[in-house]
Amino acid sequence: MGLNSSSMLQDQDVEDIKKETGFSEKQIKRLYIRFLHLDSRGCGRLSREDFGRIPELAINPLNERIIDSFYFHCSDIDEQEGCNFREFMKTLAHFRRCSKRGQNPLNTEEEKLKFIFSIYDIDKDGNITKADLLKILEMMVGVSIGKEQLELIAHRTIQDADADSDDAIDFEEFKKVMATEEIENKMTVRFLN
Amino acid sequence: MTKRLSKVVPESCMVILLGILLGSILNAADFQNVATISNFNSRIFFLFLLPPIVLDAGYFLHTRAFFDNIGTILLYAVVGTIFNTFTVGLTLYITTDLGINLLQMLLFSCLIAAVDPVAVLAVFEEVHVNEVLYILVFGESLLNDAVTVVLYRLFEALVTQGGTPKVEEVFIGVAAFFVVSLGGMLIGIFWAYLTAFLSKFIDHVKVLEPIFVVCMCYMSYLSAELFHFSGIISIVTCAIVMKPYVEANISQKSRIPLKYFMKMASSLSETIIFMMLGVILFDRQLEFDAWFTLLTIIFILVYRCLGVVLLTWLANSLRLNKLGKVDQFIMAYGGLRGAVSFSLATVLEEKYVPKKNIMETTTIAVVFFTVFVQGITIKPLVNLLKVKRAVKRKEVMLGEVNDKLLDHLLGGVQDVIQHRGRYYWKNLHQYVDMKYLRPWFM
Repeated sequence: MGLNSSSMLQDQDVEDIKKETGFSEKQIKRLYIRFLHLDSRGCGRLSREDFGRIPELAINPLNERIIDSFYFHCSDIDEQEGCNFREFMKTLAHFRRCSKRGQNPLNTEEEKLKFIFSIYDIDKDGNITKADLLKILEMMVGVSIGKEQLELIAHRTIQDADADSDDAIDFEEFKKVMATEEIENKMTVRFLN
Repeated sequence: MTKRLSKVVPESCMVILLGILLGSILNAADFQNVATISNFNSRIFFLFLLPPIVLDAGYFLHTRAFFDNIGTILLYAVVGTIFNTFTVGLTLYITTDLGINLLQMLLFSCLIAAVDPVAVLAVFEEVHVNEVLYILVFGESLLNDAVTVVLYRLFEALVTQGGTPKVEEVFIGVAAFFVVSLGGMLIGIFWAYLTAFLSKFIDHVKVLEPIFVVCMCYMSYLSAELFHFSGIISIVTCAIVMKPYVEANISQKSRIPLKYFMKMASSLSETIIFMMLGVILFDRQLEFDAWFTLLTIIFILVYRCLGVVLLTWLANSLRLNKLGKVDQFIMAYGGLRGAVSFSLATVLEEKYVPKKNIMETTTIAVVFFTVFVQGITIKPLVNLLKVKRAVKRKEVMLGEVNDKLLDHLLGGVQDVIQHRGRYYWKNLHQYVDMKYLRPWFM
């Protein structure tokens, strides 16, 4: 099955994706097999339900945001139909290791930060507001911490990073705080060949 | 003057010097009770002095860094220690002719090959290299205990039986390694969960809380030793597993005494150990063989370097953050030997190992060499080579929140690409913890 399905991927597509994302050919083919496996409708696009069917992902407290993140690169029309393989790869490319040799427009520190920022920024207004943060915190810690305490944490987190005291963290402020956090090392996943 | 001295010389060296001073005074005064000092034997060391140090190290271990690098640490601890034992033993056997047979030599090399957690802690605490480097050297020194224990017992048994090892005995040795380390781990986990569970019910006697936790950890050490499992691994596992639950269960007021009790007990033990290393110089029949000592020191250095380079090459092919040349050098250079080696040397039986005194003296020499020469020079070297230092992270909430978010995010990505990596396990553990363990233990 492996050979058969990867042959559906045109050589030209592989080249394009390679250029765009920096993955190797083997990695692309491997991920394509996974993509086909997830694609229950067989239409070359992954819907939210397709992602939702991954059992391990279902227990992830942030699963909604993670699934959302695969649509950051999609236009609005696409969103209805799901993300195609190219967009799928574009999202994953953010998690490639960033080194001098392996650098490409999608896995620079700036891009990684933007990606993380958009995870926080639920309402897509370009700011991490207290409401955004509170939602994320609620997802992560569950019900074990009281609402007031969470609110306190959210408040303090915003205050720590908020330089212009508008009660929200914009991207510049976010970048500044994350400067010491070694994001380019932390946000990497190994992609098997 | 004192300030400058303490900047150059690590504390452990100073304490050894103090011990030497004390020993010479006792010696000069012809102090009859030197015999009581020589009672500093391996029993006292393993039962009373070692556990506080490892407990403290385990309890305050940076678990995140530790588990992020667990693969590499295990590689160094297991493969590295075996590699060092056999290479040092074999070359020493070939190059020296003191009438030590091969098995006795391997017994010696196995106690000298293992990196010592006490010495590493004592020196590295003051150097402040970056976290990854620190956890690699220190984690190795903690986990190689199982290997050392197994190899030591194996060779000891072979030496006392006086036969050549049979094939099945080698297999039993390999199996014993897993039994010793996993057994220690299981006992540690058992005591940890027991402590976590019981600590739910002791909040009406707050005075007891710190001592209760410490005692339970000590019990895990003792019960592991009882079965001849690795006590070090047991107590470290116990401390790591219990920490999140215990911290949540005991009162805020008990947390501070607990911390200081552990810190104080460990530094007390450390001081006694290094002091005794100094005193012991005047107390033993030293049988110095310069050639043998010199070769031992050279070989352990050479093979340590060789082992680190080989294993790092292996590890780097799997690691996302590659280890550079400088890191490798510090790792090889940070392999200090210490009191564990010495204590193991003292329990050698003269009946079976006729050259025991030479071995003991050589061990003392090696320990002194590593603690003094490597210990004193490591800081200037770290400066000279511009090793990445531990950056004092600005304590921002967003950083902590973000670490958590990244764990889940990367775990999610690994789920999507179906790769059961580190983050996948982290997420799974957290899920199980939240859903099943916390309700029981908190």
